Amino acid sequence: MRMGLIAMMTAISLGALAVEPSERLADPALESRAREVSKALRCVVCQNESIDDSNAELAKDMRILVRDRINAGDSNQAVLDYMVERYGDFVLLKPRVMPTTIALWVAPAVLLALGLLVLIRTMRRRAMAEPTALSSDEALKLKRLMDGAP
Amino acid sequence: MRGRLVFLLPLAIVGALMLVFGKRLLDVGRGEDLRILPTVLLDTPVPDMALDAIPGRGRNPDGLTDEDLRGEVALVNIWGSWCVACLAEHPVLNEIAKSGVVPVQGIAWRDSPAASLGWLAKHGDPYARIGQDPKSRAAIAFGVTGAPETFVVDRQGVIRYKHTGPISPEAWERTIKPLVMELSK
Amino acid sequence: MIAELGHFALALALPVALIQSIVPMMGAARGVSAWMDVGRPAALLQLALVTTSFSALMWCFINSDFSVVNVFQNSHTAKPLLYKISGVWGNHEGSMVLWILILAAFGAAVAAFGGNLPERLRARVLSVQGMIGLGFLLFVLFTSNPFLRIDPAPIEGRGLNPLLQDPGLAFHPPMLYLGYVGFSMAFSFAVAALIEGRVDAAWARWVRPWTLAAWTFLTLGIGLGSWWAYYELGWGGWWFWDPVENASFIPWLTGTALLHSAIVVERRETLKSWTVLLALITFSLSMLGTFLVRSGIITSVHAFASDPARGVFVLLLLGIAVGGSLTLYAIRAPALEGGGLFAPISREGGLLINNLLLTTAAATVLVGTLYPLLAEAIGLGKLSVGPPYFNAVFIPLMTPLLLLTGVGPFLAWKRADLSGALQRLKLAFVTAIAVFAGVWLLTGGGLGAIAAAAGMALAAWLGAAAIVEWLSRASLNGMPSLSRVLAMPRAAHGMTLAHLGMAVVIVGITGASAWKEERIEALKPGQHIDAGGYRFTFDGARRTDGPNYEAVQGTYTVTKDGAPVAVLTPERRSYAQPPQGTTEAAILSTFTRDLYAVIGEPDGDEGAFVSRIFIEPFVPWLWAGVLMMGLGGFVSLTDRRYRVGAGRRASTVAAVQAAA
Repeated sequence: MRMGLIAMMTAISLGALAVEPSERLADPALESRAREVSKALRCVVCQNESIDDSNAELAKDMRILVRDRINAGDSNQAVLDYMVERYGDFVLLKPRVMPTTIALWVAPAVLLALGLLVLIRTMRRRAMAEPTALSSDEALKLKRLMDGAP
Repeated sequence: MRGRLVFLLPLAIVGALMLVFGKRLLDVGRGEDLRILPTVLLDTPVPDMALDAIPGRGRNPDGLTDEDLRGEVALVNIWGSWCVACLAEHPVLNEIAKSGVVPVQGIAWRDSPAASLGWLAKHGDPYARIGQDPKSRAAIAFGVTGAPETFVVDRQGVIRYKHTGPISPEAWERTIKPLVMELSK
Repeated sequence: MIAELGHFALALALPVALIQSIVPMMGAARGVSAWMDVGRPAALLQLALVTTSFSALMWCFINSDFSVVNVFQNSHTAKPLLYKISGVWGNHEGSMVLWILILAAFGAAVAAFGGNLPERLRARVLSVQGMIGLGFLLFVLFTSNPFLRIDPAPIEGRGLNPLLQDPGLAFHPPMLYLGYVGFSMAFSFAVAALIEGRVDAAWARWVRPWTLAAWTFLTLGIGLGSWWAYYELGWGGWWFWDPVENASFIPWLTGTALLHSAIVVERRETLKSWTVLLALITFSLSMLGTFLVRSGIITSVHAFASDPARGVFVLLLLGIAVGGSLTLYAIRAPALEGGGLFAPISREGGLLINNLLLTTAAATVLVGTLYPLLAEAIGLGKLSVGPPYFNAVFIPLMTPLLLLTGVGPFLAWKRADLSGALQRLKLAFVTAIAVFAGVWLLTGGGLGAIAAAAGMALAAWLGAAAIVEWLSRASLNGMPSLSRVLAMPRAAHGMTLAHLGMAVVIVGITGASAWKEERIEALKPGQHIDAGGYRFTFDGARRTDGPNYEAVQGTYTVTKDGAPVAVLTPERRSYAQPPQGTTEAAILSTFTRDLYAVIGEPDGDEGAFVSRIFIEPFVPWLWAGVLMMGLGGFVSLTDRRYRVGAGRRASTVAAVQAAA
């Protein structure tokens, strides 16, 4: 029952597609900043859409709010901060670096480093018993390559 | 042996993932709605606002400001005549208003005054004050994601609780009313 | 009647799958040929039964038999025939039957064409294939029966989501499933090999074509999905890092790694345990994709109506399949190593780094996709991980991979001469630098233009390297020679095409990301928008209703310097059943850009409409690149080595090694 009612709350819109002409700011520089901020904010009633892409009414009102604030002289960061203050970090499509997201941000580097470690070990093992001895010339060339010299 | 442990790693990762998925499914099975966004505004003062009244509404022609929410415990209900779930909730709000336990303050979200008035005339008007929020300014300031949502605000004008979705009679009796009583002491 | 026949056939497939799972496996363990031989007829019978079931469901959809709940919920009499058919897999239950059908088809293919496989390996592969089938048949029969009836039968159906009523999306799921499910072959071969405790060049040679086929379909499937999103959603985006997109992209990344590491096993009999692991996780990730979409634990634009009971079932299936196979792996894999030795700088070394980067990228996308879920599960609160995160971490991982892809094919097996390889790449290097400088200067220089110039340079490097490599193989005494071209193995052409396709895709990605232009205006008839050197004049809008929708069509005349270029006629459609609107963008593709027009809402009462004009540079290159990659896959598949009962295998391998 509860699920059903909540589903009903989520307004389905046949309406306009994302940004409408009437919403835009006259100053192209401000407008492009507004777009940038809008792309970074998640539409809280949608699924994985930024408010810039969303047709939802609330997303539209959020876009207008973003524009009003930018027009009033707020920095991009100030606008984002305002939204985070109201909706929490959920509203940011690019999570901030903080204790709860540090794992997310270091994951790629850590994974790569671990993989590299395993890879180097494998290569060492494979290379250790190199069947044909290198000629001195080859060894020199190899050394130069390994040292990164041209 | 150390070499062998590496081969167990994939299994360990998958096992951990399975546990998380399992827990999550259990939560969903228990009826938890994952789409509900918990508010981050608990224990913070209500946002600054000065919402216009609905012209032509008989009593309390002043609209709703954050000042109005200081001094007494109140419910702040965000609703719209376009919102189906609000209709389901409305009898409960009428009951609450009638009981006199706590005033219900309304924010008419993204609605035209005419539509709001028509709806209230038809289904009853439980609201002490109503402020219009045609552009979602107040709704966004309250971190609202959908209608209806209801906030419990204490005497100091601090948000103490948020209820997402229609208030059921059970939710009122079991959760909201006891909290209101507690805060009113 | 027909629905019951379909249900019955599906139910009958269950015991057949059970027999297929058990008897050949026991036969292989005990060395009883008669038992092992059960696998082949069982797999063929399995296909016949599932085909019957699937056809029955399709019949119900084509004939709009609304006494079947599934048809009632997902079809409508006024729908064109194509979408009645695609409606079969446009819903959860039907798509699972398609899944099983493809699974059965792959199993039957092993039974029919696997004559050259060793008896035991074939028996075990068929058995594992049967087990997967068994699991999913149980899933469908007990939680997702598409043949349930309602009485009385409604007169009209609820219709199919109009966004899905589109030729691109009609074929997207079958393609994607051919890819997903195709990786089950690699999985089955890997499990069979682990049970046997033996992985050798022959094993790799049997696994490669199946993996290649699956990869090719998955590539095309993802491309098709992306293309659909691009023209149907109406904002000219083609990739959103949505969980469901990621669910298909992650197995693509590991599948690509598998494709490359299997080469090493085939040629050099090394990296065996790694390759087996990749085969296991690639299919596991495909199943994870299936799980995520259907369980309701991740919210996504594309998610099917979800049901926790189904989620629990799929999770259980996933646990048994993945947990079981990885346990087997933990026990057996340590014994698999050994084989060819190689120096760090060698083809093997290069392919290892390729694998490292691809799997890291896959793991990164997986972490990003699951992080909100994991964070919430352990109480870190609600978070979102969106495109800005993925772009920030994915591009740095892909850049070195693409740089290396240029070099890799020049490296010799065992021990390579890197400086020699780089010498031969001088031309590619010069091309890349020239492209960088050219693009940078043309787009106004400065810091802002660096990223785009670098992207284009990367594409030029990869493309030029692929061409130089192909030419060096195809040349005799420095001159391209037709006889050499004909003598080259097909797989070599396939590789060149696929790498070239990748380069073309990069051009598309770079161009579309860097230089997209967007104009939004409310236009009255006669008014215009200028964008990208073109003038788009709005001539007006009119009603153009279709069989099951009402539509407004706008006419935009495109001119360049006054000369007519094209007339674009985008539509906005409004479907009655289910009530939903769609936008049909009008797109004119040219060599270097798409002109993309969308008509929006009416604005005021003077016949004005909100008009959106996008200039989408190099987007056609994206689709062309994906097609080239797919084509490369198909060309490789026709390689003699992979042909059924390849008689001249030994001599071909020798020829390849000579060529390499």
